[in-house]
Amino acid sequence: MQIEAAICAFCGCLCDDIVLTIESDRIVQAKNACALGKAWYTAHSRPPDLPAARVDGKSVEVEEAIEAAAILLTKARYPILYGLSSTSCEAQRHAVALAEALGGCIDCCTSVCHGPSGMAVQGFGEPTCTLGEVKNRADLVIYWGSNPAESHPRHMSRYAVTSKGRLTPNGRKNRTVVLVDVRSTPSSRFADLLLTVRPGMDFEILWALRALVLGRKVEPAGLAETGITLAQLTHLAELMKNCRYGVLFAGQGLTQSAGNQMNLSAAILLARDLNQFTKFAIIPMRGHGNVTGVDQVLTWQTGYPFGVNFSRGYPRFNPGEFTMVDVLRRKEADAVLSVASDPAASLPAEAVQRLTEVPLIAIDTHESETTRLARVSFMASTVGIRASGTAYRMDNVPLFLKQALTSIYPSDEEILGRLLERVRELKA
Amino acid sequence: MADNTFTLITGRSGAQGTGISWGKEGEGYREAVQLVELNPADMECLGLQEGDAVRLISRYGATEALCRPGNLPTGLAFMAFGPVANQLTGAETRASGMPDTRGFEVRLEPVLNRRGVDKR
Repeated sequence: MQIEAAICAFCGCLCDDIVLTIESDRIVQAKNACALGKAWYTAHSRPPDLPAARVDGKSVEVEEAIEAAAILLTKARYPILYGLSSTSCEAQRHAVALAEALGGCIDCCTSVCHGPSGMAVQGFGEPTCTLGEVKNRADLVIYWGSNPAESHPRHMSRYAVTSKGRLTPNGRKNRTVVLVDVRSTPSSRFADLLLTVRPGMDFEILWALRALVLGRKVEPAGLAETGITLAQLTHLAELMKNCRYGVLFAGQGLTQSAGNQMNLSAAILLARDLNQFTKFAIIPMRGHGNVTGVDQVLTWQTGYPFGVNFSRGYPRFNPGEFTMVDVLRRKEADAVLSVASDPAASLPAEAVQRLTEVPLIAIDTHESETTRLARVSFMASTVGIRASGTAYRMDNVPLFLKQALTSIYPSDEEILGRLLERVRELKA
Repeated sequence: MADNTFTLITGRSGAQGTGISWGKEGEGYREAVQLVELNPADMECLGLQEGDAVRLISRYGATEALCRPGNLPTGLAFMAFGPVANQLTGAETRASGMPDTRGFEVRLEPVLNRRGVDKR
């Protein structure tokens, strides 16, 4: 059997042209998918070999695990829900309601990837566009602190570099591609202009670019520590001002480096400045398949995109206070529910230490460092392969992912829905 | 590079990305996250060959990795996201929610008489 136009939900590109070949309830081919997508489809279509639910390492019925998880969460004084970047918006909606019912915190993987982008957008807005506009119109593409060849392997061919569009009929020949990074990467060979900056100097360079774009004087000595010369920066400023339609893709090299949200604020202000001269947009290179969606769901339900606390009965937002790494580092969390994420393998060791000290509940599609640590763990069906649901592409376009294979596991949406129901009963 | 001090950056690598799907206990993922890439001149300066074990020490913790040459400026080290690099990253977020994940100093010490898998 073949399924046309399937959507790969490994990364934020959400490529929707995948052709799946299915034999004996397994995906044997994922045509058009990149190496990351092929691995995602193949690995997640393996026959399930773990019990659907475990408590203290023992296989139990899902209902029993729901009961155990509900008791652990309702007994906690400061529980935190975390992750949610690789699941559906429908599941994310239940998670927000659960955090509210518990009076706890809810944070998502955004806080450790593009949280600074969200903070910058709150401050200065978002001059943005869709990837369709990039494909059809962009003649200047800048990747800053991003290595799409390895993180989003089809981003350049489907949307931004070699793709042919209405006003870019010759694809690559119609575009100028600039890469700004601290090192040479597999993406470098696609660049017309490669600027190697010193680590931690992004803000200074972006701010100097703003000055040059606006016709202000920049002293060469002011750039001495950045790794970039005034001539290089002037050339880039001219490319930006003189393009027909420019887009800056902001990678984690900006959000995770010194300056964090200030780097993104400078990039947004630069894009705003450039709109005095031409059309210019900025799009964060979102990593996980639906990490953009969890920001959307949290924002439409609470007003904030990550790091939300309900302990006063209404949502409060404060990065550094209600974000996962901080709540763990300060040893405030006394129970953790991880959904579609692996914090034990992805957070700093000091934060992971707290996961070993408190009741941990994990919902994931496969065994992970976090499910191994968890007191209660659930196996869930993968959205886009064994479950359906909505996901948002990195440019905030929602797409509906359809189930391709059968599943013996419930979905994240079902597990969280039942957990929410039981928590509400216990709290009543 | 002074006093064996490098600036460490972390990020995605192709092998680490596919390894996430296949399982983090898999050999491909474990190999990918245990590598530290260095400029070849820096490796030569430290007497290191590809596959040699090195100890990395940051202000937050320490870990061991296997070195290999990479296309980086001198003084820069790169590791893929994962549990090994996480031993070096800091949990202080300075009111951003974002931990110190890249662009911080590490000291690098060769681990004598120990080699990992030779990839040459």
